Amino acid sequence: MNTNVVHKAETPTLSITMEERKALRATPAKAIAEKLDFWYGTNQALKNINLVIPENQVTALIGPSGCGKSTFLRCFNRMHDLQADTRYSGSIMLHPESVNLVGKDVDPIEVRMRIGMVFQKPNPFPKTVFENVAYGLRLRGFGNRTELAERVEKALRGAAIWDEVKDRLTDSALALSGGQMQRLCIARALATEPEILLFDEPTSALDPIATAKIEELITELRQRVTILIVTHNMQQAARVSDFTAFMYLGELVEVDATSKIFTNPSKKATEDYITGRYG
Amino acid sequence: MSATTTSGSAAMRKGAFSSLAYRKNRDRVIELVLMAAALVAVFTTLAIVFILLYESSFFFEHVSIKDFLTDTQWTPLFDDAHYGIMPLVSGTLTVTFVALLVAIPLGTIIAIYLSEFSTHRTRETVKPVLELLGAVPTVVYGYFALLMVTPFLQQFMPNLPGFNMLSAGLVIGLMIVPYVASVSEDAMRAVPRYMREGSYAMGATKLQTALRVVVPGAFSGIAAAYILGISRAIGETMVVAIAAGMQPTLTFNPTEPAATITAYIVQVSLGDLPHDSIGYQSIFAAGLVLMLMTLVFNVVGFFLTRKFREAY
Amino acid sequence: MSAVMTIEELRRGLSWRKNLDKVFVVVGLLILMSCLGLLALLFLDLVRDGASRFGWDFLTQFPSRKAERAGILSAWVGTSMIMLVTALVALPVGVAAAIYLEEYAPKNWFTGVIEINVTNLAGVPSIVYGLLALGLFVYKFGFGQSVLAAGLTLALLILPIIIVGTREALRAVPKAIREAAYGLGATRWEVTKDHVLPYSTGGILTGLILGLSRAIGETAPIITIGALSFIAFLPGSPVTSEFPFVNFEWLRSEFTAMPIQIFNWVSRPDQAFQQNAAAAAAILLAMTLAMNAVAIWIRYRFRKKINW
Repeated sequence: MNTNVVHKAETPTLSITMEERKALRATPAKAIAEKLDFWYGTNQALKNINLVIPENQVTALIGPSGCGKSTFLRCFNRMHDLQADTRYSGSIMLHPESVNLVGKDVDPIEVRMRIGMVFQKPNPFPKTVFENVAYGLRLRGFGNRTELAERVEKALRGAAIWDEVKDRLTDSALALSGGQMQRLCIARALATEPEILLFDEPTSALDPIATAKIEELITELRQRVTILIVTHNMQQAARVSDFTAFMYLGELVEVDATSKIFTNPSKKATEDYITGRYG
Repeated sequence: MSATTTSGSAAMRKGAFSSLAYRKNRDRVIELVLMAAALVAVFTTLAIVFILLYESSFFFEHVSIKDFLTDTQWTPLFDDAHYGIMPLVSGTLTVTFVALLVAIPLGTIIAIYLSEFSTHRTRETVKPVLELLGAVPTVVYGYFALLMVTPFLQQFMPNLPGFNMLSAGLVIGLMIVPYVASVSEDAMRAVPRYMREGSYAMGATKLQTALRVVVPGAFSGIAAAYILGISRAIGETMVVAIAAGMQPTLTFNPTEPAATITAYIVQVSLGDLPHDSIGYQSIFAAGLVLMLMTLVFNVVGFFLTRKFREAY
Repeated sequence: MSAVMTIEELRRGLSWRKNLDKVFVVVGLLILMSCLGLLALLFLDLVRDGASRFGWDFLTQFPSRKAERAGILSAWVGTSMIMLVTALVALPVGVAAAIYLEEYAPKNWFTGVIEINVTNLAGVPSIVYGLLALGLFVYKFGFGQSVLAAGLTLALLILPIIIVGTREALRAVPKAIREAAYGLGATRWEVTKDHVLPYSTGGILTGLILGLSRAIGETAPIITIGALSFIAFLPGSPVTSEFPFVNFEWLRSEFTAMPIQIFNWVSRPDQAFQQNAAAAAAILLAMTLAMNAVAIWIRYRFRKKINW
């Protein structure tokens, strides 16, 4: 399995046929952001974002520091609501129910129960491995031991970490390595079967081997859940995602199939960023 | 994909999950309970203000404010009753003054030493021990003042009476040294490194930097430490009740016995006064004055602390 | 070109200043050691003065007019009962208030008012709490001069200590843990209950012990309520042998406490009683220092155990 990972990292696909592109365009949308604005106090951090998040695909958000990609990501699970003086305008419609994730009448806690997030620095709870994964299930009322054990195993398998921890379920999660902790956090998010899984620079605190494992995991996971990933590492975006959106100063500059963005971007700003004119 | 029992269509609309609604309602109730607990602090303050004013109001029906502030005797329990608060205030101020003579120099020097000179190890060992010094019950300090300090002082001052304000003041000073040292040291440590470095770069020694850069830079924090120390000394009860005597006398001479406001309240409480008597009410009037004095210092100390925090 | 001073002058001035530095270090250390030394001296003197009294009899006898037969039984029982009430009241209220201020309260003027009150109460002289208790608990609420009134008063007195200590403990829990819990859809109380509180217990315990160690030595408030010092009986036992096995009579009982007993004995001119006072004071001091040491140790162990 390890050799596959190395192989994948070295040869990203760089071109796409017309048929492939048509197939991608035909993918149904899981969420659509429309005219989305966001303010921290009087400071407008997101301006008129319009973006389609295709179902069961990996969409990457790239851009220089401060461009608003993490801010945009956190709109999807209403993390901004935990701070005072924040305001949304516009919509992020979740399909197929057509519910506005940032709508005033939509409960942020419910949103967070259906949209999962993996954070930049692995943040497992100071509990056992098992309890970390089980926490989200317990919140939802799962108490039956057998059922919990089943779901926890399923989530740990889904995060490609089951074999490493199956004998250490009752050990503290803090005893794991950095990469293992991050996969545990992914398992924790997967356990509640979210409809979209958000990744906020998930590998920036990890070494290259751990990073490779997680990138492989992400490409597999897309079959089960729609993925939105923020990354400041362009090569990672190229390796892992199907679609890439480039943001700059709170605006969405360009979005397209990953291969096209990295080989033949339409906007000059995108091209400047990709070629490293500015970081 | 969404196969769990808890998600489903129209599930996003508020109130769709009974279990989620339950969790949120429970949260709201808990928040109210927690807020009520936090409001206890406000109610305590209001209760203190109310009870002091309420009981004092009865007192001031009998005694004019002018008499209260200008009479030079305080003898509410005698037949020939006088109600001048100045003797008690003079006792309080004298004791506080003596305490500050001890606490301010010693506390500041210790603070400068800990902040600028000592190693990290020394500081980590010394600070908890200083904390312990400040944790000694005041009644034990009172014993110390009466039965150790006074006899010791009497060896040099044979005419020193058994009860006097000097011993009490010295011991109170020792008692608040840890507090003054600790707050001042925190203030000095907060002075940013680059300020010190500017001084060192010119060839100044540690002492010069400490006295010329750090202390002035931490000045409002250090002043806050002094002011809060004053407030503590004013409110101190047991040391003076034990060692300074209970005789209200208008004097600023520390070698004499005298009563402070706090000692007077203790004296009356030890006795058995009927609930409605003027003696009973007089302790609330005295308490009101005490409260006002400490309030002034606490408020000044608070604003100084805030000003200091804002500066850095 | 002429320099501001010659190298000679420079060196002389420098060595003078460096010597000043050294002198200051010596002075500083001396003062520090003297203060700590005085505390040690005090303790040793207490132990020496009261040495003749230490013994099982001292702990199990009531106060008496004869100094040799006087003991601190009613005093330490009274202190223990009061501490029980104080802890049972101050801990829940203090922790709840701290949770509210730290996790729930929005940053507006109303919260500011509460916080100012907490800071202010920390600076109120303890005897004023006694006056509050006298007017309010003893008379207006009719609790009388009882263990209950004393316990409530001291609970209010140490409330700021508990609140501040708990808030510090809550703040030590990293934001990342809270974010992870919120991210899974937990409500604010669930985050607090499942993640913040369990990992703050060490700090909260430290705050409680420090608060109690302050309360145990407080004399002024309970004198004001009217604790008597010649109590030759014990408040009724909370545990009885018949149903319902617990009674609350002891709450309403008159009482005495360790600091009161010490105060009373110190105030007697009789040398023998002063020895009693020394013995009792040594015991009280030992208890206080032990509690503080335990609190500091818990704080230290707690910080080591959970390394974020």
